[in-house]
Amino acid sequence: MTTPVLSVRDLRVYYGTARGPVRAVDRVSLDIGAGEVLGLVGESGCGKSTLGRGILGLLPEGAAAGGQVHYAGRNLLALSKKDLSSLRGPDLGLIFQEPMTRLNPLLRIEDHFSETIKRHEPGLSKDEIRRRSLETLGRMGIPPTRFRQYPHEFSGGMRQRIMIALALVLRPKLLVADEPTTALDVIVEAQILGILADLKRNFGTALLLITHNLGIVAEACDRVAVMYAGKIVEEGPARDVFAEPAHPYTRELLRSTISLETTELHSIPGAPPNLIDPPPGCRFHPRCPNAMQVCTWKVPIEVAPDPGRRVECWLHGPEEEIPPGQTAELEREEIAVAEEA
Amino acid sequence: MQRKPDDGTLVSVRELKTYYSIRGSFLDRLIGREAGSVKAVDDISFDLQRGEVLGLVGESGSGKTTLGRTLLGLVRATGGSVMFEGRDITKLSESELRAHRRRMQLVFQDPHASLNPAMTIGQAVGHPLTIHGITTERDQIRRRVADALEVVGLAPAEQFIDKYPSDLSGGQKQRAVIARAIILNPVLLVADEPVSMLDMSVRAKILDLMLALKRDFDLTYLYITHDLATAKFFCDRIAIMYLGRIVEIGPSAAIYDDPKHPYTKALLRAIPEPDPRRAIPRDLPRGEVPDAARPPLGCSFHPRCPHAFEVCGWEPRDLRDLLEVRWARMEPAEYEAERAVAGDLAALGEPGPHVRVPAARGSGADLLEVLERFRAEDPDEPFWSGVKGMSAADGYVDIELHEPVDPRLLPAGEVEVECHLYDEEALREAERRRAERAVLSR
Repeated sequence: MTTPVLSVRDLRVYYGTARGPVRAVDRVSLDIGAGEVLGLVGESGCGKSTLGRGILGLLPEGAAAGGQVHYAGRNLLALSKKDLSSLRGPDLGLIFQEPMTRLNPLLRIEDHFSETIKRHEPGLSKDEIRRRSLETLGRMGIPPTRFRQYPHEFSGGMRQRIMIALALVLRPKLLVADEPTTALDVIVEAQILGILADLKRNFGTALLLITHNLGIVAEACDRVAVMYAGKIVEEGPARDVFAEPAHPYTRELLRSTISLETTELHSIPGAPPNLIDPPPGCRFHPRCPNAMQVCTWKVPIEVAPDPGRRVECWLHGPEEEIPPGQTAELEREEIAVAEEA
Repeated sequence: MQRKPDDGTLVSVRELKTYYSIRGSFLDRLIGREAGSVKAVDDISFDLQRGEVLGLVGESGSGKTTLGRTLLGLVRATGGSVMFEGRDITKLSESELRAHRRRMQLVFQDPHASLNPAMTIGQAVGHPLTIHGITTERDQIRRRVADALEVVGLAPAEQFIDKYPSDLSGGQKQRAVIARAIILNPVLLVADEPVSMLDMSVRAKILDLMLALKRDFDLTYLYITHDLATAKFFCDRIAIMYLGRIVEIGPSAAIYDDPKHPYTKALLRAIPEPDPRRAIPRDLPRGEVPDAARPPLGCSFHPRCPHAFEVCGWEPRDLRDLLEVRWARMEPAEYEAERAVAGDLAALGEPGPHVRVPAARGSGADLLEVLERFRAEDPDEPFWSGVKGMSAADGYVDIELHEPVDPRLLPAGEVEVECHLYDEEALREAERRRAERAVLSR
């Protein structure tokens, strides 16, 4: 990979609750290259949305973050609120799941754009603002005839296109999209994914695409990071990871996805752990069909099964770190059906 | 559709219509003017066979949920009939319906919202027994609830019966909802998106459970979903809905192996597959499902259909939408130049066989030139097949359109499909109009 646009190192995000801290993101490291689409997948509650927000410094009250998020030579976590918010827009953009809640119902589309552009580039002329807005909207398929309309006059898919155009009009280097198509119908979803996958060609923007849908990752992403219980357990080129998943969680997640090719139903036993008190060792071991003795107490070490890939799973070693006899298969009581779902 | 109901038929739906009236402005209501209606279910007929799983598949706004609710009598039908065990559900009184509901139950999409947070699982699952006056004896209720919980896999039941919904995971909650639905021994279960709120890793378990219940209790399912992938696995037959109509219905295998309707084909192509060798499909229908309050003329899918032709229902607003798409793709300066030639396009919103496009100035000759250039640059655009002629006069461009022909649900191979491409009569009519146009232009 070329020099990454964004480098996350050892990022931790904890939420305080009455029952103790929830470790939603626990020592996560990842890089995103210029113009690259990185997919972040995992079950609900694994911390993927928190990771996306943590990167942009958009955490709710009561959340604490540690580690580093390097962007353009600066650690975003160390920046003041003011400096960080000046980066949001021209450098870092965000697209949410529900576009209607992010557009102001009382403002015309035109005003959304002029307000955004003026805040970050106050010197721009009215004509220039209009030209740039219409050009970006046009690329998203929003006709110029509707520039002066209000958000409620648009369909759900069009609103999401407007949100994307609004994020792109400042030409950010990195865009975080959190489940951007989940609320949309399948044909519109494919239309939006096409637009996102073309960001590289049209805008040179790097994209972190957060989704629970492995099909979307397969079709739209260059690389994929798989998250489980606050940690990234596997990462690599999407093609390779889907063809040959290294982590049992990735493999089981792929098997349980119901697609048009599905001929047999499959599911993962158990449920994701609660992140106040996660299991010791590998967090997936209580659900893992391949768990060994070592997995129950020793936290797995990151290894590279192939160049450009990484996985945290004792099945891939390093062997010298596994004490003798600890590769024996784990004897487990059957997980009751009731605990599964 | 015209099949005679035999002994195997559990539900027989005929010409069912459910319209919602639109709340108009205050003035409309004051002077008693009708603001119109949304045809959520628009003249639908089908049979549900005992023991089958029929999938009702459509996007949001297709009317699939309303159809399911009308079937259960939860929404009053505007017309038509739903025959269930010898009675027409649409004609029953509220109290007669209540007795019937023991036989037909509903499972909702959101397990978190369908359980009362202040009721224990035991109270929630046992609630139907008291509502329907089956029994009020506490021991008996508790025993039947425990049985139902064990059946849906919440075992041992003592572990769950006194818990609150907040103590359960999403999958466990959906199991409890299913237990509540089956405790009265229904014959029909309408399941409205029962797994779409659940994680991938859990969906298979709930579908497995539902299949097991169907076997063990001789259930019949109406499975309402937007997800063609789970429907493929789960259903014996599939009905594809679009804007209140069934546009294609038939055995699952036939629908998935050889989809007929252009809409079905598009839906199948759009599903993201977890296969990185597949790229995002680019040749998808444009736009979105239109406003159900003002559905397109003729075939509702025609404005988005890549194969639409003469008889499909062309109307003025189709031209406006096309111009907008064209302008969105242009450089701003090019767009300004073309837009300046045309007048106010709001008039194109009214339906009718003629389009009168106002020119910004002059006789309309320069606007005609823009439209002719559009046609020359994009001759394969289906809209042009619906145009009989274009001429400029008195500051307008007049465009004469072909009359729409309403599509009918007709047999095509193993399925029934509502599309002119499979209707010999419509194809002949289009051929005749094409020949006529050729003569005119000579």
